[in-house]
Amino acid sequence: MTTSAPPAPRTAAHSPRGISGFLTRLQGGNRFTPSDTLTYLYLIGGTLVMSVPVLWLVMSSFKPLSDLYSDEQTFLPYRTQTIAVAGYERPLDLYEVTFEDGTAQTLAEVSRVGIVARMIDPAAPETIIEVNINQRAALREIYFAFDNYTGAITQFPFLTYLGNSVVVTVGATMLTLICNSMAAFGLSKYRFRGRNALFLVMLSTLLVPVSVILIPAFLVVSQLNLTNTLLGLIIPGAATPTGVFLLRQYMLTIPDELLDAARVDGASEWRIFWQIILPLARPALAVLTIFSFMWRWNDFLWPLIVTSRTELFTLPVGLNAFQGDLTTQWNFILAMTVLTMLPITVVFALLQRFITSGIATTGIK
Amino acid sequence: MTDFSTVSESTFEERSFWDRLGAFIISVLVLPLALLDGLLSRLQARIGIQRMGYWFILPNLLIFGTFILLPMLLNFYYGFTGGTSILPQNRTWVGTENLSALLTCEDYTRPLTCTEDLFWRGAANTVRFVVIEVTAIILLSLVTAVALNRRIRARGFFRSVFFYPVLLSPVVVALIWKWILQPQGVLNSLLADGRPIPFLTNADWAMFWVIVVHVWAQMGFYTLILLAGLQAIPKDLYEAASMDGANEWSRFWHITLPLLRPTMLVVLVLTLIRSVQVFDLAFVFTGGGPGTATQFLVQFIFQSAFDDRRFGIAAGASLLLAGTLLVFTIIQLRVNRSSLDNGEG
Amino acid sequence: MNKKALAGLFIASSLALAGFVQAQDVTELRLTWYNDGNEGEVLRSLLDTFEANNPDIRVVVDTLPYADLHTTLQAQVEAGDAPDLARINDVARFAGNYLPLNDIVADADYYTTNFPEAVLASLRTADDTTGIYGFPLQFSVTVPFINRTLWDQAGIEPLGPDATWPEWVAASEEVAAATGTPYAFAIDRTGHRFWGFSLVQGADYINEEGGFTIDTPGFRAAAQELIDYNAAGLIPADVWAGSGGGYVAATEYFINGQVPLYYAGTWQIGNFTNNISAFDWELIPNPAGEAQSTGIPGGSLLVSFASTEHPAEVARLVDYLSSTEVVREFSERTLFLPGHLGLIEEGIDYPSSAEALSVALTEIPKISEEAYALQYSPFTFVLNPEIRDRLSQVIVGEISLDEAIVLIQERIDQAVAEAAAAA
Repeated sequence: MTTSAPPAPRTAAHSPRGISGFLTRLQGGNRFTPSDTLTYLYLIGGTLVMSVPVLWLVMSSFKPLSDLYSDEQTFLPYRTQTIAVAGYERPLDLYEVTFEDGTAQTLAEVSRVGIVARMIDPAAPETIIEVNINQRAALREIYFAFDNYTGAITQFPFLTYLGNSVVVTVGATMLTLICNSMAAFGLSKYRFRGRNALFLVMLSTLLVPVSVILIPAFLVVSQLNLTNTLLGLIIPGAATPTGVFLLRQYMLTIPDELLDAARVDGASEWRIFWQIILPLARPALAVLTIFSFMWRWNDFLWPLIVTSRTELFTLPVGLNAFQGDLTTQWNFILAMTVLTMLPITVVFALLQRFITSGIATTGIK
Repeated sequence: MTDFSTVSESTFEERSFWDRLGAFIISVLVLPLALLDGLLSRLQARIGIQRMGYWFILPNLLIFGTFILLPMLLNFYYGFTGGTSILPQNRTWVGTENLSALLTCEDYTRPLTCTEDLFWRGAANTVRFVVIEVTAIILLSLVTAVALNRRIRARGFFRSVFFYPVLLSPVVVALIWKWILQPQGVLNSLLADGRPIPFLTNADWAMFWVIVVHVWAQMGFYTLILLAGLQAIPKDLYEAASMDGANEWSRFWHITLPLLRPTMLVVLVLTLIRSVQVFDLAFVFTGGGPGTATQFLVQFIFQSAFDDRRFGIAAGASLLLAGTLLVFTIIQLRVNRSSLDNGEG
Repeated sequence: MNKKALAGLFIASSLALAGFVQAQDVTELRLTWYNDGNEGEVLRSLLDTFEANNPDIRVVVDTLPYADLHTTLQAQVEAGDAPDLARINDVARFAGNYLPLNDIVADADYYTTNFPEAVLASLRTADDTTGIYGFPLQFSVTVPFINRTLWDQAGIEPLGPDATWPEWVAASEEVAAATGTPYAFAIDRTGHRFWGFSLVQGADYINEEGGFTIDTPGFRAAAQELIDYNAAGLIPADVWAGSGGGYVAATEYFINGQVPLYYAGTWQIGNFTNNISAFDWELIPNPAGEAQSTGIPGGSLLVSFASTEHPAEVARLVDYLSSTEVVREFSERTLFLPGHLGLIEEGIDYPSSAEALSVALTEIPKISEEAYALQYSPFTFVLNPEIRDRLSQVIVGEISLDEAIVLIQERIDQAVAEAAAAA
């Protein structure tokens, strides 16, 4: 464009407002227009939809098991206020009871079944008062119960599992980065026989769901004597076709002239790879880092099949041991789930800028 | 009223820190590799520059061949053998028996008359799921990307919020939504008066929620890809169009959409492959229920192998699935050949 | 409390790490396990005693999630990587791969006299009649539970031993109506519970030729009842209609006092003892019907695999774990029923819920031949999920009962034919 100052863009006054304005507006003026309002409404609404479920999970992990199944669900974790009454072993739950004559009184519950609760006045614990449960409401206070966390952690060797998860995730991610970036470089910058065929074979394996080849892959691993080793968890998933694809697409955008110039300067191909290509591919490598981290950290079925020994278990395997044949200990599972989400969240927070801008540049060209 | 300079300034400042961190990570990674330089230079002198490509793909190829390709070939062999053993030598050759069992129906309009009726139910459910989910993901991530591409405050924050669910494991996502949707869950206590809404016990509701949850968990990724595509569109095109009197809607229609087509194609192919393989999230979420209303193809494959030990049927079904996907992908790429060519650099 | 927990954590992890540098003269045995309740802790303390008395053996317990236990084990067994011992359910899957214990345990007769023949036989291959390959670690039988307090509040007397399932459910419906309880009846989503529900109503699965017949009047009657109860909303919808793909327990409905009558099994006793305080619950004998009153047996077995390198040590451990005293302690502390015939006859002094457990013990001798044959058939893990999934489809209206019966029959016939062809 050679024109100097472009005429003021046609204002929204002449164009249909609302959706269409929202869709195309690239550069806002300094005025807050209706389409801005719409944008913010959409984004804030979206933020709620995306984040509330996760926060809900976090809050639930602080709730006692009985509340997880109760009829009234709350966002914050609560506990019912209790009172110790002489003659009763455990503290009794407190309720605000409204009688038919309209008077209200705080009573403690002795027992409840169906619609009838047997309650007492803590001040006069001798008389049992039968109350219809519709007439009362529990006295509740906000309370974060860490019992789920301590309970779950003490039930298995948490530190061992955590250590294994870290070793596997970090080791596999590094191996993935090295192998995938080398392969992507080879596939994007060299011409050799079989290159395109190889790339196509690699991509076409994406069409087969991974869960399908778990059993045959286990056979291969066991023939190589890699079962019950951390290497058996680290190596097999390292050659991800997705990673090669992402990096190759990115490296295609790096001009060949850069390589030629380096060659003129006498750099070896290997040196070009690690001194020129890798630094330039940083955004794409950041994306692959977080994805590899996420795949490995969350991976469950593969470690379960390859390792059968407690000292080699990763967190997801240990976590799922709370699922029995006939019962599942949900409160522990929730707490452990939140704990295992933390590292991913931290890594994401650290790499966030790279990831969002990195994906921006990888998926496309 | 709005001053955006602060935003970009802080971005710039932190960038340099992140750059240094990134550079550090890379230097740690490549230090041992640098030591290889002498050896590799000699290799290069022997085989020439272009063939160094072989060396670069070698490590990846070894791992890929051993742990992905070989198991896939084994799986292929499973598809033509029978028995309940997982050892190839203990399996008997049955030829195309598995495939024909999967494909045989007395009446192709009624899945129940098929030898493997659950395979066909799974296929029908998968088609329904794919059509709606892919459409929903593309529309929603396009709208979100367009919104995020505008000059807005806290863009980084919104970008991260929309992306975050992508990081959660499918099991966690399923768990979260199960709690929300169960009869005594929060949504029912907000919406229902008395009898809970059968979110997961009614076939149509269950399918609806399976789709919603998948879109929730995955759209962030595609949003970012589309956002990148939007940012790559030269801004002067819009300015020129404005001068020609195009309104915002027609600029979107005539500039944004056509130029976004290659990106949309990437998103389409990726969502399609992923949604056809829908399994783990849905399996934890509904288990395929109510009845078989949300039972998909990969669940059929998984359960045939893991629960019923019918490894041949499972492998056969996975071959049919991969074959179908392959055909679709090739058609897509053919149709859009021109727009993909720029990917060949 | 927190400090203690943390200290325990460190000790546990360092112990696990120490496993790598264990001295050579100690034999390490690996035991693959799964947990429903506290049995893992109880086992560990019993193993600690064992290790103290047998300093040359160390037992490491690897706890897996139940859902993937058998597949994982199969992969390991076939690849020659099996653990030394395992607690399992699906015993037919590994027949032929177990370690024969007859000659290496202290007294083989102890096993044949003290453990049910049907259970021991389930571990054998077809032509083997005497092999001992493991023993029932714990035993269970399906039984109904009632929320006694609800029945009392409604003023309805629980029915006697001659009452049938429909009579029980009808009475429970009255209880629910009188007390404002949302559901009348709950039954876990599994073929195993349905076998119990249908056997007493005259279903008869195993035919004279050793094959299976699904279409019997008893099966139809029981299935129709289940369908009708669901249609009428007597049963919580999300148990049978809520999800597919697996076992679903209705435990929470009973624990929360939302159902007066619940058909589950004796493994729930410990769970109910620990988690129900708001009402009184009772275990009642299985209802009668056309056929005799019977529950379905169940429970898990401890087996060892032939690939073990330490058969002698395995035998010592199995001898210890199957001894009367250890089975007694294990049962007392887990509130499980023993699979030990002597103890069943003699009775066990359970520390809590003694009444429910004593009723439970009397249900064991009542278990019918057919019930044993079903549970310990090589095809139990084909028939059970097939019935469960097909009936679910009928309940949600995808197929008719007639179609379901045909499909179940086809599947089980196919499995039997495949097994015959492989043999």
